[in-house]
Amino acid sequence: MTPNTNLWLVPLLPLAGAAINGFFGRRSSKKAISAIALVFCGLAFAMALYLAAGFSSASAPYACDFAHWLRSGNFQVDFSFYLDQLSLVMLLVVTGVGFLIHIYSVGYMWDDDGYYRFMAYLNLFMFFMLTLVLAKNYLVMFIGWEGVGLASYLLIGFWFTKDAAASAGKKAFIVNRIGDFGFLIALFLMIKYFGSLDFTHVFAAVRLMPAETAGANTLTAIGLLLMVGAAGKSAQIPLYVWLPDAMEGPTPVSALIHAATMVTAGVYMVARSSAIFDRAPTAMTVVAIIGTLTALFAATIGIAQTDIKKVLAYSTVSQLGYMFMACGVGAFSAGIFHLMTHAFFKGLLFLAAGSVIHGVGGEQDMRKMGGLRVYMPWTFMTMTIATFTIAGFPPLAAFFSKDEILWKAYSSPYGSWVYWVIGVITAFLTSFYMFRLWFLTFFGDYRGGDANDGAHKPASAHGHSAHSDHAHGHEPHESSWVMLGPLVILAMLSVVGGWVGIGDHFGRFLAPVFQTAGSAELAQETAGEAVGKWTETLLMLISVTAAFLGLYFAYVLYHQRRDLPAKIARSLGGLYDLVVHKYYIDELYAALFVKPLIDGSTTILWHGVDQGVIDAAVNDSADAAREVSDNVRHMQSGNLRSYAGWVAAGGAVVIAYMVWMGVKH
Amino acid sequence: MIPLSCYQVLGGILFVCGVLGFLIKRNIITIFMSIELMLNGVNLSFVAFAAQWHSLSGQVFVFFVMVVAAAEAAVGLAIIIAVYRTRETLNVDQVNLLKL
Repeated sequence: MTPNTNLWLVPLLPLAGAAINGFFGRRSSKKAISAIALVFCGLAFAMALYLAAGFSSASAPYACDFAHWLRSGNFQVDFSFYLDQLSLVMLLVVTGVGFLIHIYSVGYMWDDDGYYRFMAYLNLFMFFMLTLVLAKNYLVMFIGWEGVGLASYLLIGFWFTKDAAASAGKKAFIVNRIGDFGFLIALFLMIKYFGSLDFTHVFAAVRLMPAETAGANTLTAIGLLLMVGAAGKSAQIPLYVWLPDAMEGPTPVSALIHAATMVTAGVYMVARSSAIFDRAPTAMTVVAIIGTLTALFAATIGIAQTDIKKVLAYSTVSQLGYMFMACGVGAFSAGIFHLMTHAFFKGLLFLAAGSVIHGVGGEQDMRKMGGLRVYMPWTFMTMTIATFTIAGFPPLAAFFSKDEILWKAYSSPYGSWVYWVIGVITAFLTSFYMFRLWFLTFFGDYRGGDANDGAHKPASAHGHSAHSDHAHGHEPHESSWVMLGPLVILAMLSVVGGWVGIGDHFGRFLAPVFQTAGSAELAQETAGEAVGKWTETLLMLISVTAAFLGLYFAYVLYHQRRDLPAKIARSLGGLYDLVVHKYYIDELYAALFVKPLIDGSTTILWHGVDQGVIDAAVNDSADAAREVSDNVRHMQSGNLRSYAGWVAAGGAVVIAYMVWMGVKH
Repeated sequence: MIPLSCYQVLGGILFVCGVLGFLIKRNIITIFMSIELMLNGVNLSFVAFAAQWHSLSGQVFVFFVMVVAAAEAAVGLAIIIAVYRTRETLNVDQVNLLKL
C-alpha cells in the first residue's frame, strides 16, 4: 500500500463539502446539506482510518509532495503533506471527533436559518485543521493555522446579529493575530538561519547544533516566538482572553473548535517543533511555566463562573495549560496523550452542555438549572462520565493522561516538584468546579421554571431563532438521538481512551517522532526509573485523593449545604470579587492596550494623520484645481475665432522665443 | 536666380494673409480658404529650401501636405455642408454650442 499517494485527499474532501454547501446550500434542502456535510467529513474520517490501518511505524514518515509553491534562489516551499505517528494521532482525533460533532450539529442547528452556512463553515474548518496537522513544512502549517483562525472567527460570530457574538469573533481574531505575529517571525528566523521551512530540513539542521544551555540564542528566540504563536492559538497566558468570549458561538463550535481540536493546534505545533525546543532549554522552561500558571489561573476563575459554557471554557484553558506543562518538561508524548483524551472528554462535556442548553430552552446560567437528571437521563449519564473523567478518576481516560503529565512534571530532568504541586492543586480545583457544575445542573430542584416572568436576563438568553421555538418556562426535555448518539460514543471513548497509555504504549508509539529530537526523552526515561515505581504510585494516589477531595467539597457546598457558598463568598469579600470578575484581566487589557490604542488611533491617526494630512492634502489640491479651472474656463468661449486668436498668439510667443534664443547665440 | 529670401518673404506674406483671414473673416468657407493659404505659404518655403539645398525631403513633405490638405478639404467641406443644413448659417460666431 502506498498511502502517500492519496494523502492530499484527506483535507480536500471536507473542502469539497464546504464548497458545495457554501455555493449551493442556500437553495438546497436541509437533508441534502446534512448529507453532503456528513458524507465528506465521514469520508475524511474513513480515509484517516484507512491510513491508520495501513500505517506501520517502520516505514513512517510518509511524505507526499504534490505541487511546488515558492522557489526563490535556494529557498523552496512545496505543497507537501507528511504522515508520521504524531500526525496520525492528530488526524484520527480531528476527523473522528469532528465527524461526531458534525452529526451532533445536524440535531443542534437544524432549526437555524443559517444551517447551510454553519455546515459549510464546519467543513471548511475541517479542511484547514487537516492541512495544519498534515503539513510537511511550516508554511503549509501556517496556512492551516490561519485558516482555522478564520473558521473560528466565522463560527464564533455565526450569530452575527448578536452584538456580543460579533465582538467576540473580532476579539478572537485580533488576539490570535498577536500570536500569529510571533509565529511568523519565528518562520522568518528559520528561513534566515536554516534556509528552509521543511520539517525534515529544519530539524536535521537543528540537531547538528549544540543545546543552548548557557545563554539564549537563535533557537531560544525561535522557540519563544513559536510559543507566542502557540499561546495565541491555544489560549495561554497572556493571550487566553479570547477563548471564554468565544463561547458566544454555537455549542457544537465550542466543542469542536474551542475545546477538542483547534485550540490544541498550539500544543501540536510545540510538540512538532520538539527538536527546536530540545536545543533551547530556556524556551522549554518558559513553556512549562506558562502552562503551569495558566492551568492554575484558569482553574481558579472556573470556580466562580455561573455560565455553564464559561466554566467549560476556563476548564479548557486550564487543561491546555497541562498540555503545555507536559511539553515544557520534555514529555511531549504525554502532552499529546492528554490532548487526545481531552478531545474526547471536553468534546463530550461541551456537547452534553449543549444538550442541556437545548433542553432548557437556551438558558446557560447554571443557577437556573438543577434537577435535570430526571428530565434528561442520557445527557446526565454521559455528562457524569465526562465529569468523572476530567476530574481524573481511575480508570477513565484523563486519569492516565493527567497522571502521566504530573509524573513527568515531577520526574523529568526539566521538571520540578513545583510544577507537580501546582498541577495537583489544579487537579483538585478542576475536580471541584466540574462537580460544582454537575451538582448545580443535574441535582436539586429545577430552578428554571419561572424564567419567563421577565426576570430573565437578556444577556444570558440565546435570543436567536435556533431556540425561539423552545418557549421559556417549558419543562426541560431530552435531546433527539442524533444529538445523543455522538454523546454516547464520546462517553465510551472517554472511558477507554486512556487505556492505550497503560504500560506506556502510547508514548512508545510516538517515541520515534520525539526520540529523534534528541536526548531529553531518553534521559527522562532513565531518570524516571531511578526515582522508582513507589514514588510514582504515591504521587498518583495523591492526585486521585485531590480529585476525591474536589468531589467531596463540591458535594458539601453545592448539594448538602447550599447556603454555604454564598456565606463563604461573603466572608472572602474582595478575593471572591476578584475571581468572579476573572481577576479583572479583561479590564486590565482594556486599560493597558485597548484604550491607548483606540485613543491614539482616534486623536493621532484619525484626526491627526488621516483627516489632518491625507484628507487635507487631497481636499486642498482638489479645491486648488477647481479654483484655477474656474478662472481659466472663460478662455473657452465657444467662439472659433477667439480660439484661433489663442492659437496664433501661442504660436507667436513660441516663434518669438525661438528667434530670441537664435539672436542670443 | 531669385534669392531664397524672396521665396521666404512671399511664403511669410501668404501665411500672414492666411492667419489674418482666419481671425477676421466670419464666413466658414473664407476661413477654410485662409487655412489653405497658410498651408501653401508653408509649402512654398519647403520647396524653396529643397531647391536651395538640393534635398528631396522638402518636396516629399510638400506632397504630404498636399495630400493632407486634400483630405482636409473633403472632410471640411462635408462638415460645412452639415453645419449649413442644421444651422442655416455660415457665420462662425453663431456656431458656438461648445461654449460654457
